[in-house]
Amino acid sequence: MNRVVVTGLGIYSCLGQNLEDVRDALYAGKSGIVVDQERKDFGYRSGLTGTVPRPELKGKLDRRARINLPEQGEYAYMSTTEAMRTAGIDAGYFVDNEVGIIFGNDSSAQPVIEAIDIIRAKKDTTLLGSGSIFQTMNSTVTMNLATIFPLKGINLTLSAACASGSHSIGMGYLMIKSGLQDMILCGGAQEINKYAMGNFDALSAFSIREDAPAQASRPFDRDRDGLVPSGGAATVILESLESAQRRGARIYGEVVGYGFSSNGGHISNPTVEGPVRALAKSLADAGLQAADIDYINAHATSTPAGDASEARAIAEIFGAYGTPVSSTKSMTGHECWMAGASEIVYSMLMMEHGFVAPNINFENPDADSAKLNIISKATETTIDTFLSNSFGFGGTNSSLIIKKWKHQ
Amino acid sequence: MEAPVKTKAEVISTINEFLSEEFEVDIDTIQPDANLNTTLGLDSLDYIDLVVMTESNFGFKVKPEDFPGIKTFNDFYQYIFAKIGLLDD
Repeated sequence: MNRVVVTGLGIYSCLGQNLEDVRDALYAGKSGIVVDQERKDFGYRSGLTGTVPRPELKGKLDRRARINLPEQGEYAYMSTTEAMRTAGIDAGYFVDNEVGIIFGNDSSAQPVIEAIDIIRAKKDTTLLGSGSIFQTMNSTVTMNLATIFPLKGINLTLSAACASGSHSIGMGYLMIKSGLQDMILCGGAQEINKYAMGNFDALSAFSIREDAPAQASRPFDRDRDGLVPSGGAATVILESLESAQRRGARIYGEVVGYGFSSNGGHISNPTVEGPVRALAKSLADAGLQAADIDYINAHATSTPAGDASEARAIAEIFGAYGTPVSSTKSMTGHECWMAGASEIVYSMLMMEHGFVAPNINFENPDADSAKLNIISKATETTIDTFLSNSFGFGGTNSSLIIKKWKHQ
Repeated sequence: MEAPVKTKAEVISTINEFLSEEFEVDIDTIQPDANLNTTLGLDSLDYIDLVVMTESNFGFKVKPEDFPGIKTFNDFYQYIFAKIGLLDD
């Protein structure tokens, strides 16, 4: 079995569009949440959202590549180019080496809706142009990035709701561990536009604390009233230890555990038992005990039921050890398909720079969160091993464990 | 009120501008006898976008079978002139 290490990181999020800015924002406890009036005008119950600028790609990508890329693909291109820089590789590396891509993505709403609007109005599919099909498919991110870079290994998109990004890293880890690939670009991407989240808003799942956007996402807090949607992209380059050492790469950490489970229950109501199984499996895979985990990046999205359920699951396994816990969604909002990957990047930054980012807006615990050691202020500490949770609709659960790399 | 009829020179100017902008080539490379495909660097997908641009700019329906006979920019101009009823000067 190969050991699997992280050799590249990239981030394009509402906290910043590069690793340095995001590190600083995490330490400062900065919120990336705004109120989008366009959503209100469009009929949303809540206009709260994370926001990122659309990157200017003219001059970076040719016309064909740009025509085929939807919004979240642009973000993924940006985070992946940063990850490649940190990994010390360029596109030439992909010509001579079989490198794969597995990204989490679970929608591409805007291109779909805009295409259908054109067909309805013009009664002529030709007028969609050539890029529409490549923007609308769920695999749009991987099909585009695999063409742009160009990649010759595993090439697929993983859709698992809000655990998509986490499972993409888990699956990449398994493929490298088993010797099927030496390097995989893993990650997650999430569109941010008024079409993407209307049906999620329809469930009354979003916070309506619009008078105080920075306080709206408050995971584990007693007075939380729902999540805040967000997006962007994150890239985590996984590589076999042998490959990384052969090319003298900088190693950020080692993926040592991946646990997954399905609740086998309600499509949107969480359970405690399902996440507990994923947590336990990740620890078993890593050969670690609960006491070995120095920090938990919780999935906690700021919904009443979800956070309570996760708090109980974490308490069941880690309650006796006072393991520091925070949800970076308090700052970013819920980055959905991207979240499992971005939260690995956030946690890697904390591990590298020796701090736990705060769970901002955690002012009063409820009965469940009172059982956890939730970190509400940035805390300087050593993290040698962290665990990151991601859960999604349909009861899909993923837990990843990553250890700091120490020269061995 | 009908739109004023454009001259051939005006139509050519319109075509050259949208081709240059869309396919990101220097407008000076677009010459009547130059090869349309190689000058613009068109692949099979780009012809779909050429159809969209043509229909959007001139308001007539392009048939896929119209394009294979078009080799040069001048062929393209003549095709447009015929479709929009611009007769020889």
